[in-house]
Amino acid sequence: MLRGFDRLFALLATSLSVQAVLADEQDVERWGLNMPRGVTEVAQTTYQLHMLIFWICVAIGALVFGIMFYSMWRHRKSKGYKAAQFHESTAVELIWTIIPTVILILMAIPATKTLYDIYDTEEADLNILITGYQWKWKYEYRGSEVSFFSNLSTPKAEIDNLQPKGVNYLLEVDEPLVVPIKKKIRFLITANDVIHAWWVPDLAVKQDAIPGFINQSWTRIEEPGIYRGQCAELCGKDHGFMPIVVKAVPQAEYDTWLTSRAADAVKLKELTAKTFTFDELFAQGEKVYSRTCAACHQPNGQGVPGVFPAIAGSKIATGPLTGHMNIVIDGSEVNPAMQAFGEQLSEVDLAAVITYQRNAFGNEMGDTVQPVDILNFKNKQ
Amino acid sequence: MAHGPQPGLKRWLYTTNHKDIGSMYLWFSFAMFLLGGCMALVIRAELFEPGLQIVQPEFFNQMTTMHGLIMVFGAVMPAFVGLANWMLPMMIGAPDMALPRMNNWSFWILPFAFAMLASTLFMEGGAPNFGWTFYAPLSTEYAPPSVTFFIFAIHIMGASSIMGAINIIATILNMRAPGMTLMKMPLFVWTWLITAYLLIAVMPVLAGVVTMMLMDIHFGTSFFSAAGGGDPVLFQHVFWFFGHPEVYIMILPAFGIISAIIPTFARKPLFGYSSMVYATAAIAFLSFIVWAHHMFTVGMPIAGELFFMYATMLIAVPTGVKIFNWVSTMFRGSMTFETPMLFAIAFIILFAIGGFSGLMLAIAPADFQYHDTYFVVAHFHYVLVPGAIFSITAGVYYWLPKWTGNMYSEVMGKVHFWLAFIGLNVTFFPMHFVGLAGMPRRIPDYALQFADFNQISSIGAFLFGAAQIVFLFNVVRTVMGGKKASDEVWDNPEGLEWTVPSPAPYHTFSTPPVIR
Repeated sequence: MLRGFDRLFALLATSLSVQAVLADEQDVERWGLNMPRGVTEVAQTTYQLHMLIFWICVAIGALVFGIMFYSMWRHRKSKGYKAAQFHESTAVELIWTIIPTVILILMAIPATKTLYDIYDTEEADLNILITGYQWKWKYEYRGSEVSFFSNLSTPKAEIDNLQPKGVNYLLEVDEPLVVPIKKKIRFLITANDVIHAWWVPDLAVKQDAIPGFINQSWTRIEEPGIYRGQCAELCGKDHGFMPIVVKAVPQAEYDTWLTSRAADAVKLKELTAKTFTFDELFAQGEKVYSRTCAACHQPNGQGVPGVFPAIAGSKIATGPLTGHMNIVIDGSEVNPAMQAFGEQLSEVDLAAVITYQRNAFGNEMGDTVQPVDILNFKNKQ
Repeated sequence: MAHGPQPGLKRWLYTTNHKDIGSMYLWFSFAMFLLGGCMALVIRAELFEPGLQIVQPEFFNQMTTMHGLIMVFGAVMPAFVGLANWMLPMMIGAPDMALPRMNNWSFWILPFAFAMLASTLFMEGGAPNFGWTFYAPLSTEYAPPSVTFFIFAIHIMGASSIMGAINIIATILNMRAPGMTLMKMPLFVWTWLITAYLLIAVMPVLAGVVTMMLMDIHFGTSFFSAAGGGDPVLFQHVFWFFGHPEVYIMILPAFGIISAIIPTFARKPLFGYSSMVYATAAIAFLSFIVWAHHMFTVGMPIAGELFFMYATMLIAVPTGVKIFNWVSTMFRGSMTFETPMLFAIAFIILFAIGGFSGLMLAIAPADFQYHDTYFVVAHFHYVLVPGAIFSITAGVYYWLPKWTGNMYSEVMGKVHFWLAFIGLNVTFFPMHFVGLAGMPRRIPDYALQFADFNQISSIGAFLFGAAQIVFLFNVVRTVMGGKKASDEVWDNPEGLEWTVPSPAPYHTFSTPPVIR
């Protein structure tokens, strides 16, 4: 995470208050019946195609069911209707083979055209590498230093029905993907562990994120706004909890944002050299833990028997520091579900979360890990 | 040799009689239908409201996976095999199936396969949780340890299906009464003959893909692991090469049942017998060249997308021929609406709706929006529940008087029908809306805008579940006794099965019948 402490607090505070206001001002759009019209040309064409096929189906259905219901009404034994005995007619069979074929060909023409548009990923203004992880997205802006993870920001208490649910329940993240409007953006989509799928309905972009493959997709957003989506491919336990938020802003705003993010990255590197107090590390570690570790190891550190090991009283968390750093930074050699967090978290966050794990849940090891220790450990490898 | 059934439990364990084995298949599949149904109700109960109330995400994923596997392999397929066992010999004038001992074996390995699959629910790490399509690497590197039991259960089910299919082909091709030419066979026989060939073609593919998983998990290969030079997308190609014909395996015999019921209650011959046979064969052929329409978003080259889109759209043509034929058969008939006919008509209407959404899904660019949403869930439940379940139910009501010699309760049958019909539509129709509005499938919790329709779906699901209790009660009552059925049962129905007494004797057609 490319983020300092101050920034984190500010962000958290503002996002919470903004959320509370939003919940009052706007209500959820309920009873949604249809595909969104979308905010890109491709999305709108897809919507029109969808409606065209839909109405053709409705017309055919009305005709066939109409004849059927008429017959069920008129041709009943209880009304004394005598059955005709006609059957077999090659002419009729040919008619109801040829007419549907013609209709299908007429459908295929616009569908083929739209498909060519979707596949035209050439000449992009901006390339963004999207990587699916269990259960978060990583965004890397090609040609710049900026890269970050985007996690679900809905509090666990809302999911567990302990707090009222906010208006963007399950569709909100700690850091949205920020993109400029009116620019052709190419998404390069892959995954780190299992297959995910990156889907934002308003952009009509859905592409599987597959380990070992880099898929391509593109968009060109016409209007500024916030567009929300979700992972669309079953990817394990928290498949339902890895949303996507795209924030489309004018070019100037985007440029400012990108510069400040790049500066943040530099600032965070400087923080690595700083020595933190135990309390600072513990407090930050708790936040990192709940964001990154709690999904599997559980908020109380007890894990899930047989699936996810407990942190509380674990051999690693109460054992030598090197072993603990090793599994957090490089992941587990035997269980792929334990990812390598060395590249996912900053040195500060790694130091904080390891300190937290060694001192929370009754582990009481009393030791502190500093960012520089993490850096030294990484450099030794 | 004894001419009646053996007494007690031995009758069922040792039987080689097609009627006994058919009954066992049908009862087994009904038990699995209830088990899979209870899992569906757990899913719907959790989705009644946003937030996590009843189950945790790990268990929710086990429920969706087991529900799918049990319904496909435990409920629908054995039910059709049960109907085939009961009816095929009687329909073609044969004394029994061609390979009666293998018939016994192919049934009796099934309970063990499903006991093994169900036992995974109690294992450490839980049951399979990667969806019934078990995409790698979620089902290999990231799977719970119980995946090995799942693989062996699939192997046994596959062996059972292959043996059943061989038996059906051998029976139909060798045991027809003199004069029963291929083009005189009832459509249920035709559709099962074609289905049996599909089974033999694709069940080994399924066995292959789970064996590759087994190798990846235990023997260090990397068929599906990108890190070892393998290809996760290969899994999907192999799986769907099995999976798409599989969905036709679950629908073609249904076409045969409906083609028997509609003419009986319309009192009019089927409009186009031979075109129905050709349409079935065409659908079976097309089912082998459309598999990647399940994979439009995996990043195939555009030529592949176009091929699979066009081929998939083509399926609408023979399917349309079928629907038009049934409607033409009803047209200017003299219709009555007994329970089998009600289920058959509901089949035509609702299966057509599932066909329409299928056509929409075939349109690749639109599928980028539909794929992996509740729109897909709505689509395949509209083809499978009215398609397979309603046709099986219609077949059971249609032939039950022949099997038991007693008439079922028409009033209870109608109550069952209306509860099931309303329950089904209330459950699955709103899923079209939430899917289009953006709700992904296989999620235990959802955003607030999907809440209202999900609540309606959940209510419908419990209604549909209640309807099955009425069904069970009606069937048990009919088996125990009731008004005696005549040999013909219905008003001048077509087919050899109606020429034997009701209930059908333990051995029928020991001497071949004369075919007009």
